Amino acid sequence: MDLKTLTYLIVGATFVLYIGIALWSKARSTGEFYIAGKGIHPVVNGMATAADWMSAASFISMAGLIAFLGYGGSVYLLGWTGGYVLLAMLLAPYLRKFGKFTVPEFIGERYYSQTARLVAVICLIFISFTYVAGQMRGVGIVFSRFLEVDIITGLLVGMGIVFVYAVLGGMKGITYTQVAQYVVLIFAYTVPAVFIALQVTGNPIPQLAFGSMVQGETVYLLDKLDGIVTELGFSAYTAGAKSTIDVFMITLALMVGTAGLPHVIVRFFTVPKVRDARASAGWALLFIALLYTTAPAVAALARMNLTETIQAGPVGEATANLAYAERPNWFRTWEKTGLLTFEDKNGDGRIQYYNDTNAEFSATAEANYGWKGNELKVDRDIMVLANPEIAGLPNWVIALVAAGGIAAALSTAAGLLLVISASISHDLVKGMLARDISERHELMVGRIAAAAAILVAGYLGYNPPGFVAQVVAFAFGLAAASLFPVILMGIFSKTMNREGAIAGMLVGLVFTMSYIIYFKGVFIEPLAENLPENWLFGISPEGIGSIGMVLNFIVAWIVSRMTTPPPEHIQHLVEDIRIPKGASGATH
Amino acid sequence: MNNQKHDAAGYWRANLRLLITCLVIWFSVSYLFGILLVDTLNQIQIGGFKLGFWFAQQGSIYVFVVLIFFYAWRMNRYDREFDVHED
Repeated sequence: MDLKTLTYLIVGATFVLYIGIALWSKARSTGEFYIAGKGIHPVVNGMATAADWMSAASFISMAGLIAFLGYGGSVYLLGWTGGYVLLAMLLAPYLRKFGKFTVPEFIGERYYSQTARLVAVICLIFISFTYVAGQMRGVGIVFSRFLEVDIITGLLVGMGIVFVYAVLGGMKGITYTQVAQYVVLIFAYTVPAVFIALQVTGNPIPQLAFGSMVQGETVYLLDKLDGIVTELGFSAYTAGAKSTIDVFMITLALMVGTAGLPHVIVRFFTVPKVRDARASAGWALLFIALLYTTAPAVAALARMNLTETIQAGPVGEATANLAYAERPNWFRTWEKTGLLTFEDKNGDGRIQYYNDTNAEFSATAEANYGWKGNELKVDRDIMVLANPEIAGLPNWVIALVAAGGIAAALSTAAGLLLVISASISHDLVKGMLARDISERHELMVGRIAAAAAILVAGYLGYNPPGFVAQVVAFAFGLAAASLFPVILMGIFSKTMNREGAIAGMLVGLVFTMSYIIYFKGVFIEPLAENLPENWLFGISPEGIGSIGMVLNFIVAWIVSRMTTPPPEHIQHLVEDIRIPKGASGATH
Repeated sequence: MNNQKHDAAGYWRANLRLLITCLVIWFSVSYLFGILLVDTLNQIQIGGFKLGFWFAQQGSIYVFVVLIFFYAWRMNRYDREFDVHED
């Protein structure tokens, strides 16, 4: 069977599965729609959380990113896993005990303020839409690359699927489809990784292969890689190029941001008990770790494969570089997609791939080898997408990678769309505009809001505002600087009051947003060049959420000392959420 | 009532102690071993891994998983010891 038919078959089969699950798990009450009736087993919730969390970016882009950054890529590995420790210990169990439907609802009640709730809703919607636009884009791209349909068709199919299970099934439908999607995506990720690990090192476990010797040689993979890339003018793979303070701050912003993302937090509202919320975070991270410890191995193996394919012999020897006419098949395939481009700058018919921004090496290469600049442009996404072909794996594995990429994007998109619709129907409509709305009507509003959010997300995916790609920093930075600190203080401080929380959120939000806009130019032209010399304390826009978070804490504390302490019933509320006893269990 | 109140306060103190211990470990493996001391630890090579690099790309993640399960297990015992458990 040819690749295209196989891909249609496998992707089609997963879609039938998702829709089947949706029809089986239709939500019948607001409790089921928002938080799956608090009836999800902690292991199941852990798996759903893992799929919810791992997006198209984790699946398709992360390994490639690490492949080119080397040690510098650790910020993503640490940042996108360490947040679960914070979630499990600082947020999830207490919010589960509180036992309501949304994150803004907690903030509104704890700070006895509709204003605080409204600010939280605005943060939530902004964070979630930034994120979801990227997911829809991911769905469109996977469709167009593997099924050779245009992006709009891919988007419409993706929107249709999400529509069925998010609008009908609500949180309950999403949870069970996410479990299926996790299985698809983890299988699709690890199978090619195992084969590549086996080919390069003879060890089938990627996590170990990564630290093994290269097959048939007596040199360790990472040492060999360090050697090859430095000879080509790149920085050593295990060293990286970012400053220590920046690595520290980016990691912190990503960790805290992860813990503050509403679509992740809300998953812990769906388990029956407080102790399930703690265990569930452990299960979630275990399932996430399966992919996150495989990714750096894939990264190193792929970088090695790519570099050795192009630079087959000693640097500087004319015949050591791959002749363009003899390029392998996967090279040709991915050239067609534009993810791989070659330009023969020195006209020798061979490919030179090196770091031409390294002035010293560049000078040597031009003077001694006759090279005239780097000739190969490699899109980082190719590292995962082309992996099965590079390893010469059968077509069904390639089809599986397509299904995995789509599963990763759809599961995250659905989770985001649900928190958006819940904050509209529950926080805005039920909580502020029409307090006496019946449950049946609220459920209907929730479904309409979910449908509308899908349309907006689809539009953003088709027509991404220029900033989407470059402002992932936004979602994490804002979550770190606005939502995380107020939730944390709401649990760990009995004296934090309304005025302090609102002031803290606003300062964190405005500071972080301004800093990112200043250097990245979202909506406007950047006001300064995004260079380390211009940064505050050498912290890049990606890491500035950490400072925003600290400012939030400081401002909130000062303001709360100068204003009236919270009323007595709020202090009782805090005492109550700190102990598991008396949590209301599953609603059915 | 008074007794209950006392229990809740004791439970919270026990929780905070455990929490701080866990977070110190969380900080050490990632920020300390993986970032601040990475160059020093990279002098030590275990198998094909430089130790600092290994903590940054593998080790920390394993420790995170173990930490959460340990915290969950210990808290379940505190829940019962201080009689604040559900059901």
